[in-house]
Amino acid sequence: MTRRPTFLLSVLAFGFAFFYVPILSMMVYSFNASRLATVWGGFSTKWYGALMSNSQVGEALLLSLKIALVSSTLATILGTLAGIALVRFTKFRGRTLFSGLVTAPLIMPEVITGVSALIFFLLLAGWIGWPAQRGFTTITLAHVTFSMVFVTTIVQARLLQSDRAIEEAAMDLGTRPWGVLWDITLPVISPAILSGWLLAFTISLDDVVITSFTTGPGSTTLPLLIWSKVKLGVTPDINALATLMVLAVGLGVAVAGVVMNRAEARRLADERLAYRAQG
Amino acid sequence: MADFLQIQGVSKSFGPFQAVRDVTLSVAQGEIFSLLGGSGCGKTTLLRMLAGFEDPTAGRIFLDGRDMAGVPPWARPVHMMFQSYALFPHMTVEANISYGLKHDALTPAQRRDRVREMLDLVQLTPTATRKPHQISGGQRQRVALARALARQPKLLLLDEPLAALDKKLREHTQFELMSIQARTGVTFIVVTHDQEEAMTLSDRIAVMDRGQVQQVGSPTEIYEYPVNRFVASFIGAITSFDAEVVARDAGFLTLHVPDFGGQVTTREADFAPGTRVTLALRPEKLVISKDRPPGNAVQGVVKDLAYFGKDSLYRITLASGALVQAHAVNQARGAAMVADWDDQVWLSFQPSAAIVLGG
Repeated sequence: MTRRPTFLLSVLAFGFAFFYVPILSMMVYSFNASRLATVWGGFSTKWYGALMSNSQVGEALLLSLKIALVSSTLATILGTLAGIALVRFTKFRGRTLFSGLVTAPLIMPEVITGVSALIFFLLLAGWIGWPAQRGFTTITLAHVTFSMVFVTTIVQARLLQSDRAIEEAAMDLGTRPWGVLWDITLPVISPAILSGWLLAFTISLDDVVITSFTTGPGSTTLPLLIWSKVKLGVTPDINALATLMVLAVGLGVAVAGVVMNRAEARRLADERLAYRAQG
Repeated sequence: MADFLQIQGVSKSFGPFQAVRDVTLSVAQGEIFSLLGGSGCGKTTLLRMLAGFEDPTAGRIFLDGRDMAGVPPWARPVHMMFQSYALFPHMTVEANISYGLKHDALTPAQRRDRVREMLDLVQLTPTATRKPHQISGGQRQRVALARALARQPKLLLLDEPLAALDKKLREHTQFELMSIQARTGVTFIVVTHDQEEAMTLSDRIAVMDRGQVQQVGSPTEIYEYPVNRFVASFIGAITSFDAEVVARDAGFLTLHVPDFGGQVTTREADFAPGTRVTLALRPEKLVISKDRPPGNAVQGVVKDLAYFGKDSLYRITLASGALVQAHAVNQARGAAMVADWDDQVWLSFQPSAAIVLGG
């Protein structure tokens, strides 16, 4: 006889409920016909329609994506270079200081980073007249400074794992150091660079704190828009927007899962191939 | 001869640690030369200096008459086969082999021919389009070899070329390496900690310890005529005894060996009477018998024996308590072995079989 582990199952149910009931209820209420977020007034998709016709949301989403794209790309370039420098060049003047400065944003409270970026931009505007206005450029720069560290950390970890000898082998076969970086190092760490970029992109996309300090008139990103709307009370169109975002993320995760499963299956097939080739 | 590669008084220090001390060696063209020693003996550092990854702290290296000082790794006609093979994981077998060729002035057709020739040499043509993780360990080793040979280097450096292979594959690969070397005529410098590997592969061996070369010679010279206790015990098994020279005359040396409780006769060596020396005996040079034979002999008791089939290893305790290893070939089939546990036996050896070392 197998006894049903009632206790374990209820713990599991509670855990899932804790995580997902808020999201589910939000999704359900996005189909609420009532204007009040907490009172059910029948099924309706009108808030989705309202969302579609709201140009403010579309603009904010576009701005967020633009900032995320540019800042994550810049952060990836700088972060990769910093990671390579920290792993491959173990002796240079100021290495410890550099290493500390690169990782500082990880432990710095976001409010501090935001305030200091704001003060910096104000001072800079006073000295050289740039940036005259805060907006896309200032937000992007601020995002680069705090998302770069994630790329550096991932690249650093990947480089520490990889065999230094393959770079030496390329050099030994006649390639100069810059060529080795291009031919060998970058292709080998490319998965790490890609995941660093994705992380930087995600972080930039949903940042509120630092963005709110470095933004200016007319530059409202999606998280800022949601934040400002919610301050005036949760409306069902926000529920609809959030539901769409959850679906987009869920779809992304599902696609990534399928791709990874395929890659794993291919790897196993390769291993079998190598095993047959043994000897 | 021996002017092809010259290593003159080369030393290398890492901070206070001296990895290589005043090494002088010369290697002839077309030779397989091994650097043999335990870990930390400086053999890999010496190899890396030949490849150009490390600069000597002192001394010079000449390759084919050219001073290698300040020549970076990418400009040396020297290629290396790495211990980890260091294959480029994102490239196919073919691309790995042709990688170095892009620096040579070759037409695409010439390059293809060279790659095909190399694939043929290491018998990897069927796997040319696979990636390194899709082939076996033995095949990876051959790709690494082909890649290092593709640019026709003057000198090929092999860092523990067989260490990552299993025993059976290792023996096979050893002979393959030798035949490839013979066909290409490239000078090989092999770093290894495995004395058997060094003995079978090499024309000459340099035995290294604590950054210094202890002895250079052919495998036979190293094995049969070691110059000091380190070399004698590093290569093969050996039992050493303290001894003192009693007399030296007519091509023979008479030694007093306290562990034997008497005197033994060996071939003449350059030691004056009264000198403290070491008498070293290899297990296979000792003869085990029940009755006392004439000549050098000592009595003992069989403490331990290991039967390997074709031969047996005996550990025999002498009256002094010293432990001696002796090897006996099991010539007769099924017959009793020469001796059994706790048997009283005599150990004897020819005067020419004994090794006499200073100190």
